[in-house]
Amino acid sequence: MSGDNQSNIRNFCIIAHIDHGKSTLADRILELTSSVELREMEDQLLDNMDIERERGITIKARAVRLGYKADNGEEYIFNLIDTPGHVDFNYEVSRSLAACEGAVLVVDASQGIEAQTLGNTYLAIEHDLEVVPVINKIDLPSAEPERVCSEIENIIGIPALDSPRISAKTGLNIKDVLERVITDIPAPKGDPDKPFKALIFDSVYDMYKGVIIYVRVMDGSVKAGQTIKLMATGAEFQTVEIGYMGAKDLVPVGELRAGEVGYITASIKYIGDTRVGDTVTRADAPCDEALPGYKKVQSMVFSGVYPADGAKYPDLRDALDKLALNDASLTFEPETSAALGFGFRCGFLGLLHMEIIQERLEREYNLDLITTAPSVIYKVNLTNGETVMIDNPSNYPDPALIASAEEPVVNAHIFTPQEFVGNIMELCQDRRGNYIDMKYLDDTRVDLHYELPLNEIVYDFFDALKSRTRGYASFDYEMKGYVPSKLVKLDILLNGEVVDALSFIVHVDKAYARGRKITERLKENIPRQLFEIPVQASIGGKIIARETVKAMRKDVLAKCYGGDITRKKKLLEKQKEGKKRMRQLGTVEVPQEAFMSVLKLDE
Amino acid sequence: MRGIYIHIPFCLRKCPYCDFYSVTLDRSLSEQYIDALIRNFRADKYRGLCADTVYIGGGTPSALPAELISKLMEGVYKNFSIAENAEITIEANPCTVSDDKLAAYRASGINRISFGVQSADDRELKALGRLHDFDTAERAIEGAQRAGFDNISADMMIGLSGQSERDVLNSAERLTALPIRHISAYMLKIEPNTAFDNDKLKASLPGDDKVSDMYLSLCKFLEGKGFYQYEISNFAQTGFESRHNIKYWRLEEYIGFGPAAHSLFDKRRLRVPRDLRGYISAPLQTELPEEEPFDERVEYIMLSLRLREGLDMQRLSALVGSSSAQKLKERAAAFEKHGLCRLSDGRVSLTPEGFLVSNSVILEFLCAVGLA
Repeated sequence: MSGDNQSNIRNFCIIAHIDHGKSTLADRILELTSSVELREMEDQLLDNMDIERERGITIKARAVRLGYKADNGEEYIFNLIDTPGHVDFNYEVSRSLAACEGAVLVVDASQGIEAQTLGNTYLAIEHDLEVVPVINKIDLPSAEPERVCSEIENIIGIPALDSPRISAKTGLNIKDVLERVITDIPAPKGDPDKPFKALIFDSVYDMYKGVIIYVRVMDGSVKAGQTIKLMATGAEFQTVEIGYMGAKDLVPVGELRAGEVGYITASIKYIGDTRVGDTVTRADAPCDEALPGYKKVQSMVFSGVYPADGAKYPDLRDALDKLALNDASLTFEPETSAALGFGFRCGFLGLLHMEIIQERLEREYNLDLITTAPSVIYKVNLTNGETVMIDNPSNYPDPALIASAEEPVVNAHIFTPQEFVGNIMELCQDRRGNYIDMKYLDDTRVDLHYELPLNEIVYDFFDALKSRTRGYASFDYEMKGYVPSKLVKLDILLNGEVVDALSFIVHVDKAYARGRKITERLKENIPRQLFEIPVQASIGGKIIARETVKAMRKDVLAKCYGGDITRKKKLLEKQKEGKKRMRQLGTVEVPQEAFMSVLKLDE
Repeated sequence: MRGIYIHIPFCLRKCPYCDFYSVTLDRSLSEQYIDALIRNFRADKYRGLCADTVYIGGGTPSALPAELISKLMEGVYKNFSIAENAEITIEANPCTVSDDKLAAYRASGINRISFGVQSADDRELKALGRLHDFDTAERAIEGAQRAGFDNISADMMIGLSGQSERDVLNSAERLTALPIRHISAYMLKIEPNTAFDNDKLKASLPGDDKVSDMYLSLCKFLEGKGFYQYEISNFAQTGFESRHNIKYWRLEEYIGFGPAAHSLFDKRRLRVPRDLRGYISAPLQTELPEEEPFDERVEYIMLSLRLREGLDMQRLSALVGSSSAQKLKERAAAFEKHGLCRLSDGRVSLTPEGFLVSNSVILEFLCAVGLA
């Protein structure tokens, strides 16, 4: 198959809410285009990380080239570019979208449009993408395709009445979708004679090839052996291999031309050199300007990550190094804590990103971790006129030196069935939310718009929202900016000693309640020890809450019979093991669970 | 001088809380077993062994016919040199002794008898699956006294289903009224795979706080009755402490005979497999190849603290070095403030409150000296 004819190329992505069937649809498309033999298909081929598969979400974009013979008898090349579905990866989504001319919008026939779907659809429209709506899961008894169609028309404002009604699960009407891709989505219109210009929409690290950059060629063409330049970083490399992404393998080709999607390898060692959104051109014949929309991704949420077993510090460093090979948005630097020892301060795009990284560290690298409460970046204006950015409570300045402080806020949209509005408003109020407005999406569902401090949502907001809406609400946010705030640093003391890893920055109005809750949690999660342990919360040395872990009463092997001391020894070994899992803070032993228990306070 | 432990793994029936090694009593098997024990006494390895304590434990040694115990004791005297003033104990179930049997024990050289009384409350005894009532226990103890036993011990249990502190003290009161010199008081512990290892029973047990209160009151009560606490679970009138048991805690050597018996012999910890028939058929008792390592430093700290006398700082210094010993002492001083430890005369020991949490205290001490 050749890419000579741009008019027979379609570059598109699929937008869908979690569980609305994006991956299943992608699988069906792969089947129908005979890209993969049926029996070789593992369900949901495009998502290839375990966590993605379990959570039903896509973390990193992937792309695949498919051949399709249309009803009009012509052969087409489809480049299906998968996009991450989550707000944390908004920027990556926008770059994937920029590589496409169109988007297939998959909406669940019984659930309707969700907050993230809408966010990504708007993003697609902003990028001038042609949106092809598809109603999925029409085989479900609860399917209401008519209602969902009118929802799409009313909310998004695109015609949806004659949109394909499909069941990705059973394979019903999938061909309709492909035909619509051909008729509705425009072919790329690059200029093959202009200098080479391509957009990086993703990159992965490969042990043998180095970084593989995924590109959409806008103009011109590229071949192996040419010297390319990455415009944002200025780095130059000689290309080694050029090709496209087959369903199962990378397929080398001689040349990638305008309108095509493919990959380039160039013995690139660091993924940081190949930033998503950057423009690739030829070093000897550069294009005149870079593609718009590039920005360097910024971490929004920070957390201390420590190995539960201090001896595993080097393992943690190796694991982070490896993850960072494939994830330029993960940042980390060494940090030490009196309580937790050696670890790393890690920066994440958002909450989900943080959870995913932590989970991958634990699952793929077999690490047992202790993480500290997530923090956002605070802006602290000092009395000497200086402004400092603080992402770690340990660095919070002495209150006497602080003139004022600011915290980041986000614009948050919560889509929910009407019945939960009361619960959600209560939650947002409790999280210091600022109500903006509420719009009816249809007769039963609303879009609640709040301004929320980011530090209130990095803290178990998703869980709280889920439990208050039985999982029916969806949530999306974008950064708005900084607002002045009354912040304090809350310290936790065990047996009179401050535990640095448990300190955090909080709004003064929330400090008392938070302090009380944390001391309660610690009390529940710190086992009784040989003597009583006071658990206190304090602000600037003033105690605001106190609980007590009572002294242990009984821990004895009373009977040791006939000189059989094996039990006693076994017990001792078991206790030694148990002790290893504890953190010794002064005279107090704190289990890992205690550190984790303060991260989820909403119950 | 060493101690000799002889395990008699026969019971009339299994108690629902017990997980020691025993099988149902069988006449011919028990005869073969006594022969097998005596065969083992003659082993080269034990030639010329001197002992000043002998302990016939079980199981239920008193379930065996008196002749077999006499034969066993003849074997002991014939093969080992037993000290003049040796302490020779047999364990007995109150419903398996008779005047004749008790007289036979005395005649065979046994001078100490330990009865598994467990409680003075017949309901508690029934719930424990014991075959005797308290009357029977009283008669057995009086019978032992008549037969010439001056050193009589009784076991009791605390932390039983539905038991209150008052129940514990009632049992202790009635026991101490009998002619006994020694009491072993054990907190019930549910062992895995015993009949008691079930949720319903566990739910009926008093909680740790209650059991701790029972234990502390009992220690105080017995002390008042002249039974001072010389070990976590053992109380005696002065001079009637179990010399055999003390050997375990002082790391003195003992040799165990019979399946499931343990030894500390030539600084090695050995264990015989839990297999009665295998024992009988083997020419000599085999000790398990996976001999347990003997680390005197760990064991000294672990075991000496079971005794009221506690650990001797000089001996500890010799074992772990004086700077480590000093660290342990500092840790002990901190515990002393919380009423868990005593420091005196170059010794570190635990209080009854300390005994109750001794596992944790010992672990802390091992950490202090760098052994954990």
